[in-house]
Amino acid sequence: MTELEKFLLEKKLEREKSRQRVVRVVAQVLLYVFLITMALIVLFPFYWMIISSLKTLTEYQQSPPTFFPKKIIWGNYAEAFHTANLGKLFMNTMYVGVVSTLLSLVITVISAFAFARLEFKGKNALFAALLGTMMIPGELFTITNYQTIYYLNWQNTFTVLIVPFLVSVFYIYLLRQNFLQIPNELYLAAKVDGTSDLKYLWKVMIPLALPTLISITILKMMGAWNSYVWPNLVANDIDHRMITNGLRNAFTDANTQSTNYPVQMAAVALVSFPLFLVFIFLRKYIMKGVSRSGIKG
Amino acid sequence: MVQSKKPWVAWLYLAPAIVLLLVFTAWPIVNTIRMSLLEGYSTAGEIAGKTFEFGFGNFAKVIDYGQFKTCLTNTILLCVLTVPISTFLALLIAVCLNAIKPLQRLLQTIFFLPYVTNSIAIGMVFAAMFNIVGNLSGENPLIVTAGIINEFLALFGVAPVDWINATSTYTTNMIVMVVYIVWNALPFKILILLGGLQSVNKQYYDAAKVDGTSRVRVFTKITVPLLSPMLAYVVITGFIGGFKEYSSIVGIFGEDMGPVGAAGRLNTMVGFIYDALGNHQGRASAAALILFGIIFVVTLINLYVSKKKTHY
Repeated sequence: MTELEKFLLEKKLEREKSRQRVVRVVAQVLLYVFLITMALIVLFPFYWMIISSLKTLTEYQQSPPTFFPKKIIWGNYAEAFHTANLGKLFMNTMYVGVVSTLLSLVITVISAFAFARLEFKGKNALFAALLGTMMIPGELFTITNYQTIYYLNWQNTFTVLIVPFLVSVFYIYLLRQNFLQIPNELYLAAKVDGTSDLKYLWKVMIPLALPTLISITILKMMGAWNSYVWPNLVANDIDHRMITNGLRNAFTDANTQSTNYPVQMAAVALVSFPLFLVFIFLRKYIMKGVSRSGIKG
Repeated sequence: MVQSKKPWVAWLYLAPAIVLLLVFTAWPIVNTIRMSLLEGYSTAGEIAGKTFEFGFGNFAKVIDYGQFKTCLTNTILLCVLTVPISTFLALLIAVCLNAIKPLQRLLQTIFFLPYVTNSIAIGMVFAAMFNIVGNLSGENPLIVTAGIINEFLALFGVAPVDWINATSTYTTNMIVMVVYIVWNALPFKILILLGGLQSVNKQYYDAAKVDGTSRVRVFTKITVPLLSPMLAYVVITGFIGGFKEYSSIVGIFGEDMGPVGAAGRLNTMVGFIYDALGNHQGRASAAALILFGIIFVVTLINLYVSKKKTHY
C-alpha cells in the first residue's frame, strides 16, 4: 500500500466515522422529538383540566383559548366541593376503601399461606379451580350478585360495596407465589422451635412479602376510588354514594350549555389529585403490581 | 411441604375465602347458566311464583334484538381499532424509550401517568376538550366555544367539527372514543413492552453490531421476536379489556351511552348486560354468556396465533 492509498483510506474511514456520528446524533434528536411530543400529548388532558379549573367561565369560553388563566379563580374548587358534595363522597369512599382493603388483606394472607405452606387433600384441584374463575368476565357474576344482595336486603349499605369483592383470586395467587419463594427450611425450623403457624406468618412471611402486600393495598384502594358500575347499581343513595358516581351524577347535564365547565374541571381535578399523590410516592409498587396483573384498579 | 397433623387447619384458613367465593363467584356461574336457559326468566317473576320453561329463547331473543347488534358492532369495532393502534404506538414508544439515556425515567413516568387515573373523571376532561358549547342545529348555528380540539384543528384551516354533541355523527363519536381508549391503554402496554425490552440479552445486539446488521433488520429479526411473548400478552389483555369496554364511554357520553338525541348509539356488550340486568335477568345472562364465549374464542385464537409466532 502506498502512502497515498493509505492516506485516502484513512480519509475515507474518517468520513465514514463522522457520517455515522451524524446519523447517530440525528437519530437521537429524532427520538427525543418523538418522545417529547408524545409525552406532551399524554400530559395535555391533565394540563387542560388544571388550567380550565382555574378560569372564569367567560375566559373558558373565550376563542382563541388562553393557555394560562388571566385571573386564577381558586373559588372554583370550593364551589366544586359543595356542588358535588365531595366531602361526604370522600368519606364514604375512604370508609369502603379502608375496610375492604383490611379485610381483603387478612383473607388473602391466610388463604395464600394455606396454599403455599399447608398440605391437604384437593389442594391443587381447588387452586386450579380458583385460577379458572379468573377467565370469566366479572359482568357474568354481577347479574346474580345483584339478585343475591336483593335477597339479602343489602341495597344501599356499605356492606354491599365491600363484601362481594373481598376475595381476589389474583391477589391470592400473587401472594402464594411470593410465599413459595421463602425457603421451607425456615418454616420447619420454626415448627421445631414450637412456633405457631400464625406467629410464623406474622413474624416471618408477612415482613418478607411486604412489597406484594403494599402493591395489593394500593391497587385495592385505587379500585375503591375508581369503582363506578357496581355502586351505581346497588348503592347510589346519598349516604353511600362513592366518589366517582357522585362526580358523574353531579354534572349529568354535561351536554347542555349551562354546565359550568371550570367548576366541573375543578371537581375532576379534586378526584384526580389523590391518585397523582399515590402515584408520585408509591409508583414503584403500582408498576410492580400492575405489570403482573393487567387489570385496572 | 409439611403434612399437617390437623388437615382441617388448612380448611379453617381457607374458610372465609371459600365461603365468599361460593356465594359471589361459584353460585353466579351456575345461576347465570340456569337463568339463561329459562325462557323469559326474570327474578321478579320467580319471586311471584311464576315458572319458566327450559329453552334457548333468551339467546335467540338477544341475537334478534336490534340494540344487541349495535352493541356488538360497537364493541368489535372499538377492539379492532384500538388494540392495533395502541399496541403499535406503545411498541414504538417503548423501543424509543429503550434507546435513550437522559430523561428516560422521567419520560417513563409521564407515559405511565394515565394509568392511575379515574376513567370516568378523565373521560369528562376529554368530553370538555371535544365539546362545542353553543347550538349547531337549527337555522342559525351559534358557537360559543368550539373546544380546544377544534381550536387546534382551526390552525390547519379545519372547520369546527361536532364531535360529541347533538349533530355529531357516529364516525366522529367513534374517533373520540378511539382517541380516549388508546390514550388510556398506552401506559400498561408501554410498561410491559419496555420491561420486556430491558430484559432482552444485550449479546444479541452486540452480535448483530459485529455482523453490521441494519437497524431495521435488528428490529424485525431480533427485537420483535424476543419481545413476542410480551406482545402476545398485551394484545390478549387488550382484546379482553376491549370486549368489556363500558366506563370510558360513560366518562365521555354519560349513562345515555350516546350523544344527546341518539342515546345508546355507542352502547357496548357490557352496557347491554347492565341495561337488561334490572328486569330481564334471563336475557342479561344469555348476553353475558355470549360475551364470555366471544372473549374465550378470541383469546384462544390469539393464543394459537401467538404460539405459532412466538419465540420463547
